[in-house]
Amino acid sequence: MATDTTGTPPSEAPPRGGSFTPAPGAAPLPRMIAAQAALETRMLLRNGEQLLLTVLIPTLLLVLFSAVDIIELPGTAADGGGDERADFLTPGILALAVLSTAFTGQAISTGFDRRYGALKRLAASPLPRWGLMTAKTCSVLVIELLQVLLLMAVALTLGWSPHGNPAAVVLLLLAGTAAFSGLGLLMAGTLRAEATLAAANLVFILLLVGGGVIVPLEKFPPGVRDALELLPITALSDGLRDVLQHGAGVPWGALAVLGCWAVLGLAAAARFFRWE
Amino acid sequence: MHSARTRPAPAVEVAGLVKRYGRKAAVDGLDLTVAAGSVTAVLGPNGAGKTTTIETCEGYLRPDAGTVRVLGLDPVTDAARLRPRIGVMLQSGGVYSGVRAVEMLRHMAGLHAHPLEVGPLVERLGLGSCGRTPYRRLSGGQRQRLALAMAVIGRPELVFLDEPTAGLDPQARRATWDLVRELRTDGVTVVLTTHHMDEAEELSDLVAIVDGGRVIAQGAPEELCRGGAENSLRFGGRPGLDLVSLLKALPPETAAAELTPGAYRLTGTVDPQLLATVTSWCAQNGVLPDRISVERRTLEDVFLELTGRELR
Repeated sequence: MATDTTGTPPSEAPPRGGSFTPAPGAAPLPRMIAAQAALETRMLLRNGEQLLLTVLIPTLLLVLFSAVDIIELPGTAADGGGDERADFLTPGILALAVLSTAFTGQAISTGFDRRYGALKRLAASPLPRWGLMTAKTCSVLVIELLQVLLLMAVALTLGWSPHGNPAAVVLLLLAGTAAFSGLGLLMAGTLRAEATLAAANLVFILLLVGGGVIVPLEKFPPGVRDALELLPITALSDGLRDVLQHGAGVPWGALAVLGCWAVLGLAAAARFFRWE
Repeated sequence: MHSARTRPAPAVEVAGLVKRYGRKAAVDGLDLTVAAGSVTAVLGPNGAGKTTTIETCEGYLRPDAGTVRVLGLDPVTDAARLRPRIGVMLQSGGVYSGVRAVEMLRHMAGLHAHPLEVGPLVERLGLGSCGRTPYRRLSGGQRQRLALAMAVIGRPELVFLDEPTAGLDPQARRATWDLVRELRTDGVTVVLTTHHMDEAEELSDLVAIVDGGRVIAQGAPEELCRGGAENSLRFGGRPGLDLVSLLKALPPETAAAELTPGAYRLTGTVDPQLLATVTSWCAQNGVLPDRISVERRTLEDVFLELTGRELR
């Protein structure tokens, strides 16, 4: 890897290894971004706390609430079986997976990257800042893909029967990722790492309970419910539910809510993010 | 300054740099020229403005006034062109907490077109034994050596090392010195900050002493030591010697003081003649001087004279 210079126009022959004779130059941009994305993905997959948040908690919730009738779920008969519960729960758990990776996980890891000066150091490397952010997004998408595949496999064994257009599902997941990434980066780029850690976990719990993930919104009073419906997590879990449980077409309402959060969050992050 | 005219364009040119944090100026009209291919040490007490100056050159900070040119480029507006050509070692950190030492170095290598080979550099800096250790579990010295390796891995033309030997044991410090010397031999320009006078004296072609946000003295280490106050001669003898009588025998610019009872210091041009005069005066007065020492001025003396001795 260190000696692979294919694809770069060599302005001068690189000197032999071992000598410090200057031979500066950036690697090709796609290779830098791919390397950065691969590094970030490896670090996330090695991080036990991250895996707890992104893999273990969503999987446990899915299995537990499908198997045990803890909460009475809409659309299921009073004596409804696990199949119907899985149909209600799986879209919510997929939304939770996006929340855990794009928001909570990304906020915490970016907060600590910033605290350790890693972002600052990379800002002086040949990798441009937008390249770094692109790589981060790629890494988030890779993790999400793994989460979605795993959770869908688990859901199918629990009797889940998905409906609807897969393209609409992908669209919702991407819009949700954009919305949560903006908010996560805004938090990571403005608060201290410890504050981000605490706040990101708190928000995770609150949205888990109040965002239509496992607790149906019908359980809340009407006024509260109207407010909750404007949350990005609610838009994502309800949008996914409309498609996957009820076979609806593209849920434009949910996409609009997510789009607004994405624009606001990413714009605020771009404006207020501090690299050190 | 000096022979800059006949040499290639300077690697770094800082003129009238001002950088404020709030109302306090961290850097207040600083000028510095670094010749290409040289090693320049920026010395100064804590809070003198060293790191602010370096970080302005690295493009992290935007000057409030003055100009900064690094390799002929503006570090902020030409950042994309400048960054592949410089190596940066931050004063601390700069590495992901969960990344392994060699993994990070390999990654930095991958961001450059013609990087050094990772393996030999790892061995040379003694990072082989901790290559798979996550950064957060590395010792302070290992972190410093990794950061140094990251600064040079991309074969830069110019490296900025902010306190490269802080917290290193003597062996690692020597290894760092050897590496800096080799960088210079291979034509890499080095700008480093340090608190160690011996380091500056040992390594650098130019020393710039910074205090209060400006350069208060600069020159080759030996030039700095020569100028200003003179060398001194110390000796011990019985308390209460008649220094007025001694001074009559000595050149007029010489000064004498009894620092503590029985401990004497002469300052002035200390040459063989002065020493002979002092010993013969002692002989005439029945004094056996003990612990005679001639003290050359060190960079540390210069530094303390210029920046004061009080803690800050």
